[in-house]
Amino acid sequence: MNFRTFAAFVGPSVFMMLLFIAFPLVSVFQQSFYVTQPIYETVEKETCTPGFVTQTCVTEQVSQPKLDEHGEIITQTQYVGLQSYRNVLEPERAWRAISDGSWNVLSTINFWKALRFTLTFTLITLPLVVGCGLGIAILINNAARSIRGPVIFISLLPFIITPVIGVLSINWLFRGDGILTAMMEWWLNRDIALFAQAWTIEVLMMIYRVWHVAPFAAIIFYAGLQTVNQDSLESAVIDGATRWQRLKYIVIPHLMPLIIFVSMIHLMDSYRVFEEIVGFSSQGYVISLQWLTFDYLTPDQAGNRSISRASANSMLTMIGVVILLILPLRRTWRDHKGGH
Amino acid sequence: MSSRALRQPLSLRLTSNIFLALWCLIAAFPIFWIVVMSFKSPVDAFDSNALNVIFGPATLGVGKGLSLLDIILGVAVIWATIVIAKKTLPPMVKSYSKPGQEWFGWVIGVLVVLVGFLVVFFVVLPAVLSVLNPWFGPLGRDVLGLTTEHYKTVWIDRGFSNNFKNSLIVTTGVVTVSLTVGTLAGYGLARSGSTLAFWILIVALVFRALPHSVLVAGYLPVFINSAEWLAPILGDNAPTLYGKPFAVIAVLVAINQPFTIWMLRSFFQNIPAELDEAARVDGCSHFQAFRRVIMPVMWPGVITTGLFSFLLAYNDFLVTALLLDAQNQTMVPAIVGMFNRETTTTDQVVAVAAAVSITAPLIFLVLIFQRQIVSGLTAGAVKG
Repeated sequence: MNFRTFAAFVGPSVFMMLLFIAFPLVSVFQQSFYVTQPIYETVEKETCTPGFVTQTCVTEQVSQPKLDEHGEIITQTQYVGLQSYRNVLEPERAWRAISDGSWNVLSTINFWKALRFTLTFTLITLPLVVGCGLGIAILINNAARSIRGPVIFISLLPFIITPVIGVLSINWLFRGDGILTAMMEWWLNRDIALFAQAWTIEVLMMIYRVWHVAPFAAIIFYAGLQTVNQDSLESAVIDGATRWQRLKYIVIPHLMPLIIFVSMIHLMDSYRVFEEIVGFSSQGYVISLQWLTFDYLTPDQAGNRSISRASANSMLTMIGVVILLILPLRRTWRDHKGGH
Repeated sequence: MSSRALRQPLSLRLTSNIFLALWCLIAAFPIFWIVVMSFKSPVDAFDSNALNVIFGPATLGVGKGLSLLDIILGVAVIWATIVIAKKTLPPMVKSYSKPGQEWFGWVIGVLVVLVGFLVVFFVVLPAVLSVLNPWFGPLGRDVLGLTTEHYKTVWIDRGFSNNFKNSLIVTTGVVTVSLTVGTLAGYGLARSGSTLAFWILIVALVFRALPHSVLVAGYLPVFINSAEWLAPILGDNAPTLYGKPFAVIAVLVAINQPFTIWMLRSFFQNIPAELDEAARVDGCSHFQAFRRVIMPVMWPGVITTGLFSFLLAYNDFLVTALLLDAQNQTMVPAIVGMFNRETTTTDQVVAVAAAVSITAPLIFLVLIFQRQIVSGLTAGAVKG
């Protein structure tokens, strides 16, 4: 296939990715150094309250946004350098908190709070997803052929459901005196409020995420289990290997590429954790990096969006993505070179 | 299974099946539960006693319920529909439709069954039962509280049908455009072993990992001010892109593109290259070979990829919440608004009913396309 045909086939797709992914990235990078603000002017304003005999009048200096001839607020865009990054990171306070070793102070800064949660969430759910996925795959593989279809159907439900709705459905089971909270209260014989402190919310979020992603892992591992070499399993039995040894020395090495694939996808996706925060409405206790950007982008009560801060936060989030991807990309590059 | 050496003892098989049943329970329970809740009065739906939620005494108290007879006949109608759809429908479609146009026959057939089911279940059955119930004494007495009023509230009073329409527009647009663009690119990438193709795929992989909020931060200022910077090109009636469904479609297509081209590429790699080489030898250009030889055999892969594009567009919250204004809102942001704004339990149950309304199409999707979804998941993994 010559270059011209190749370009004709791939062109539209590449064009869309450039226009809607690469270009926004560049513009986010640029925005993070600029701030757009309304221009304020200071006006002397006399306010009078009616009184007996004479009015009481007060003159005070009021700063208000300047309006143009159409009555719209005039804004100006200004180069501020790293100021937005400083606003997001608050390096002095963060540094003081770290040198004091006081975690509570550090967690009052949104960015560090979000980063802490995002990383814990990603790292704790990863082994759980791989483990549960593997377990479910082995269970399905053990089951009679006739029930595998229905079981896979049921397993797909948590994976296919709209994430926000999935979170809400878990939320409704626990919120207030939801049936599962009531059951736990009856069992432990004490009062439980799951939404009153951060750690219980985090645990619920992790439970949701594992429930949501484990089926995906399970189906991929199940497909991998179909191709395990039966002969080597049999010879292992004859050599006296226990079930556990067979799993450890034959099945898991065979599934290794799939385990790496699932871990990669899961790392990418759970680093973007977002729907959990919305569905549990936990912003008072727990926030994530992507939610923080979302929050900066949502108009506040005055209708302003802090685009500049959102951009700075996005760029900082991107650093994490790059770190996440370095290793697998190096591997792909080596495979590509080896393949030629 | 196959050999005696690998046969498992009964105890192990039993344990394994018990755990499998437990997993199925965990997987299905939250979804099953919101379905149950959505049919109850608020007092029942948020009762801390599970049995009260299921049987709904308070819902029964206001006279909304089902008798044993209702349940038996209802299950019978559902069962009959399934039997008709599985046994009677396929031969009828085969005999009535022209060869080559069977998909058209399927569309008509499924529509007829669906409409027939809706008419019988929601119009004929209630009419018949209201006559029959008083005759059957204890069998005809209400035992299970059940009310559909929350669905009426959601769809009629709250204007959820408008959100549904918007979701439909966005998802249809995303699936059509991303498949058209992605199929061409996937084919090109699969058939070219050049370094450029490799780099495009790598960059696409990096793009896939990007948090979507990063991209939206890039769109928002541009979209809000678009009337200004488009004015030199389009004149005075330049549109403001913010809030427009077609702008969101373009954005979602682009966000989905990396995944689409990876997946379609792996499908096209499974189609032997000899096929299009033979067509080329016979004098076709690359495009003719694609149209005449590849297009007839590519549909399984395209349908599978289409399903995943559909899911992305349908499930999206972040992009649609930030880029669409209130009157073009899709379903998922709408329900989050409902859930966050309202605090009385009645409103919460209405939100539950809305959640079930969003989930129902997805469940049907899995029911129909289970094989394609599984094959799509595994295809990506084996190649990726």
